[in-house]
Amino acid sequence: MLSFRIALRFLKSGKTQTILIVVGMAIAISIQVFVGLLLDSLQKSLVNQTIGNSPQIIITSATDIGTIRDWEKMVSIIERLGSTKAVSVSASANGFVRDENTNMPVLVRGFNLERADRIYSINNRIYEGGRIESRRDVLVGRDLREELEVSVGDRLTISSPEGISSTFTISGFYDLGVASINKSWIIANLETTQQIFGFDRRITSIEMAVDDVFGADTIASRIEQELDNEDIKVENWKEQNEDLLSALNGQQTSSTIIQAVIILSVVIAIASVLAISVLQKSRQIGILKAMGIKDLSASMIFIYQGLLIGLVGSILGVALGLGLLYAFSTFTKNPDGTSLIELYIGYDFIIRSWLIAVVASTLAGIIPARKSLRLNPIEVIREG
Amino acid sequence: MASVVELKNVDKIYRGAIDTQVLFDINLTFEEGSFNSLVGESGSGKSTLLNIIGTLDKPTRGEVKIAGNRINDLSKDKLAELRNTTIGFVFQFHYLLPEFTAIENVLMPYSISKKQPAKSVAKRAEELFDMLNISTVRNNPASKMSGGQQQRTAIARALINNPKIVLADEPTGNLDSENTATIYKIFREINQQYGTTFLIVTHDRRIAEQTDRIVEIKDGKIVVDIRK
Repeated sequence: MLSFRIALRFLKSGKTQTILIVVGMAIAISIQVFVGLLLDSLQKSLVNQTIGNSPQIIITSATDIGTIRDWEKMVSIIERLGSTKAVSVSASANGFVRDENTNMPVLVRGFNLERADRIYSINNRIYEGGRIESRRDVLVGRDLREELEVSVGDRLTISSPEGISSTFTISGFYDLGVASINKSWIIANLETTQQIFGFDRRITSIEMAVDDVFGADTIASRIEQELDNEDIKVENWKEQNEDLLSALNGQQTSSTIIQAVIILSVVIAIASVLAISVLQKSRQIGILKAMGIKDLSASMIFIYQGLLIGLVGSILGVALGLGLLYAFSTFTKNPDGTSLIELYIGYDFIIRSWLIAVVASTLAGIIPARKSLRLNPIEVIREG
Repeated sequence: MASVVELKNVDKIYRGAIDTQVLFDINLTFEEGSFNSLVGESGSGKSTLLNIIGTLDKPTRGEVKIAGNRINDLSKDKLAELRNTTIGFVFQFHYLLPEFTAIENVLMPYSISKKQPAKSVAKRAEELFDMLNISTVRNNPASKMSGGQQQRTAIARALINNPKIVLADEPTGNLDSENTATIYKIFREINQQYGTTFLIVTHDRRIAEQTDRIVEIKDGKIVVDIRK
């Protein structure tokens, strides 16, 4: 690998120039990695807050009755498709919590609790009391609890719009992190709600969580196709959160533009440094050509220089970028001491950025490499 | 004796706003193992002739054969290969690569082709270093040597691939008389020991007179061709 050896030696001989371009590249890549990961984290935490602990696809009834029959068959079809990570069913209805002086509207949500937990992480979010153990147990949200002024073990009477009342025991209190839910949901067993609202074996919704949240619309339409049932409608979070999505899209686009501009400036900087290096080393290249080095090998010297600068600069840049990110998350905190932004380190993003930087920097070597092709040894020798 | 350089009816015209013809119908042959000089004023066309023989330039018309290869027909890569294996260059300036040491510079033509087994090359390099009296600076960076040592290193480099022809363009132009004498002595030794053909371009008649054949070129034409 003569070309590689010469490339390495050229870089070593022009130490200041090499250090400057490598450091320049490292700084640029670090900003690219920092901006990319930060915006990615921001986006993920935003998405997570919005839809993380809720279903991304929901099937509800399209009929006037509002309930779905034969849902077991649908669930097994959906599960066979394999694009979902959790499928749960719910029988929910509006009701009222009554005592002597209140009559508060609530949404009673009956879940198949084991399955629902995989979507809502209910059990992890019980901050006081325990899980639902029997058909008479219910969970109450933090905000509703404050209004009702109740505690674990208290009895709660819930009546359906038709006026049928049932009494339950509060087994615990949850906090799902969304005030509107904490204020309105009473979580119960599926069978409990089916019974008090007279649903029989029917349910009101099938809810799903998917791994690829941004592919929820595609998955939803596939499910719709497979189920092929006019009595239901399949909705996904993207339809319901168009504002959020367009904001995320805007953010993504600006992030991509910033990153592209950074990479472009890196390419231009490296190409111009290497182009100058062709001039500086024209005597060496000329004499190597006189000694019989082939044009391809001579131009590879500059490609290898680009590659070497790219390798070192991008590794330093990624390390520096991660350092910046940790510094950022350490020094910017909420008043309660938690990080302002929860960091998601996307390793595929890092590897992709690194690869792009290395490839771009190697490609930057093409311009000087082409210049070296035109270098005629006679001119070098004549100039002396 | 077989000829190693053969030029038949060679013209060279530099195209431009005004075409300039610098070589006119040159017919010239050099035998294997001969020791020759090419003299002429500056601008006489001798460097152009040397570049054509060195395959760095191509004739506008005529035929050039180097070690039996018609260079008119060869691709750039084939020419590079031919230069690497057949021709050694020594220029007025040493043109060593300053990024490399003396020994690395000397081995550079070998590294380009890698056609010989490494052991024999190392041995040959040692021989050349001894012969040229530069063994003490073999690991010096090219820039950390005296002018004479640099030029001798460049000579060792020209000889490492055991070329058939050495083309030397004013090889002692920058050296003092003592170094100059040493270098011509070494050229002779190499010529006798390895049978290498030498073509030395010079404007110094005294140097030319030490060679076996003097070819003089004037205004692009051969005007004198004397053999001893």
